[in-house]
Amino acid sequence: MNRFWAFVKKEFYHIFRDYRTMLILFAMPVAQVLIFGFVISMEVKDARIAILDKSKDEVTRDITGRLLSSGYFKAGGYLDSEKEIGDAFNFDRVKMVVVFEPDFSQHLNKDGHGAIQLIADAADANTARLLTTYCEGILAGYQQEINQSQLSAAKLLVPEVRMFYNESLDDVFMSIPGIMAMILLLVSAMMTSISITREKEFGSMEVLLISPLKPFQIIIGKVAPYVGLALINAISIILMGYFVFHMPVKGSVVLLLFECLLFTILALSLGIFISTIAKNQMVAMFISMFGLMLPTILLSGFIFPIENMPLPLQILSQIMPPKWFIVIVKKVMLKGVGLAYVWKETLIIIGYIVFFVTVSVKKFKIRLE
Amino acid sequence: MNQPVIEVKNLVKRFGHFTANDHLTFSVEKGEIFGFLGANGAGKTTAMRILCGLSSPTEGEAMVAGFNVKEQPEEVKRRIGYMSQKFSLFEDLTIWENMRFYSAIYGLSAKVFKERATRLLRDLTLYEERNRLVSTISLGWKQKLAFSVAILHEPSIVFLDEPTGGVDPITRRQFWEMIYEASSRGITVFVTTHYMDEAEYCHRVSIMVDGRIDALDTPGGLKKQFNAANMNDVFLALTR
Repeated sequence: MNRFWAFVKKEFYHIFRDYRTMLILFAMPVAQVLIFGFVISMEVKDARIAILDKSKDEVTRDITGRLLSSGYFKAGGYLDSEKEIGDAFNFDRVKMVVVFEPDFSQHLNKDGHGAIQLIADAADANTARLLTTYCEGILAGYQQEINQSQLSAAKLLVPEVRMFYNESLDDVFMSIPGIMAMILLLVSAMMTSISITREKEFGSMEVLLISPLKPFQIIIGKVAPYVGLALINAISIILMGYFVFHMPVKGSVVLLLFECLLFTILALSLGIFISTIAKNQMVAMFISMFGLMLPTILLSGFIFPIENMPLPLQILSQIMPPKWFIVIVKKVMLKGVGLAYVWKETLIIIGYIVFFVTVSVKKFKIRLE
Repeated sequence: MNQPVIEVKNLVKRFGHFTANDHLTFSVEKGEIFGFLGANGAGKTTAMRILCGLSSPTEGEAMVAGFNVKEQPEEVKRRIGYMSQKFSLFEDLTIWENMRFYSAIYGLSAKVFKERATRLLRDLTLYEERNRLVSTISLGWKQKLAFSVAILHEPSIVFLDEPTGGVDPITRRQFWEMIYEASSRGITVFVTTHYMDEAEYCHRVSIMVDGRIDALDTPGGLKKQFNAANMNDVFLALTR
């Protein structure tokens, strides 16, 4: 055991004394999250909205006035029928359309509720979500006011939110799980494959193999520090997502971290696998970049929705290990589900781990012959 | 002496159709400095890897420090030291950290390590420099230090793979003094080299040609056998 700890300690010296490694390990995740964070969480100010008022009464005019004077929205046109909504989005650069039902105030006064439809352009899903939320807030404030000033039965404004072009808001909060997959892959797969091939390249692997250390101790010793570092990264990304993106963690944090750990182990086994085929650090880095990073970014649904891809790429994306991790993280963080709902994806990840570890062990043995 | 610590009998190593080691038979005694010579590609490295327990022979038998390399490579590894020209010490670790690392993977206790490392560094007049990164010391010092580290756990045999490549003549001489000192303490030294003057320093020398050992004797014996003035001529006569 002493041997093993001495080895892990040596690995930490390697990591902490190389400023480039430190940059990739600690500065990059923060930079990534912040870049994505600032790109996405922009302030809503003077967003163009169109009004389709089928009632044109006092109350609807009042509400419209409220919306336009809030500072968040400005008038982008008044529509006469539903047919004009598409054009409003496409040609008038309107971000949201507010639709009042016919006889709005009559409904509100007689039945106690009036329906308002908020239709947002969800091609930019984050903005759409923000706009509808702000709008709902203003409506709720208005509703409270009218209920306070009158003694009659409570009146409800019933906003119904609809998203155009991207009904299920698929890419909202897509970036956090994606960044997490990317960083964990980067730290675990790329850094370990580089650090193992470095020992091969420098000839120190031979010295280590001749020592009483067993091959598996060497490999475990090499990857152990990265398990810890990757988990620190995962936690800091979740924390930053929570504070910068306001991304909720609805499910169990323990389950989430367990899945992160599992994915880290998968990435490490990929790293070990790469190190068995790469001759030097350069090759290891290129395989990690082009074999892992790019497909993760492009194919795992992180940036481009998988449903919109051509069939061959859709099939390819099913093979990408990070895709399954992203699915799990989304389900656990956003839907708050437990292991019962993600066991399939978890099994797929475990299957990948078994596969890559087996192949690596075989390759490693052949190399030793 | 007369007590063999390396015994190789009819050792064969094949890679597919290529025979890297063709029926090697030799033995090395305790405390002997054994020169293992040969042109590049003659099969030295393959044989050395087998003796170190890194690779197993296709046929034949090799006993190192009393253990069969094929059946008990772990026992062999515990009892040998290894140093190569290609890699000596981790550059981004200090001298002291390197020594502590190697002593730990060879299972030395902290106390024994501290004692031996201190003595060793004082002998090398490097004690004051122990917290310097290895990347900041010269190649000559690095190689001398690496040799000391390779015998820190007092192995029965130390394998040196071209230990003095690229090192200046004065340092090489000092290096060989260290080898002699180790040998006098009973450590067997198994060394490969391309410097023929170094071959003269060995107790016995073997010369490999195309996977076979073509000559094995004391440097004096070899010179007589090939009617040569020095080891350089012996080597050329055999390998040309």
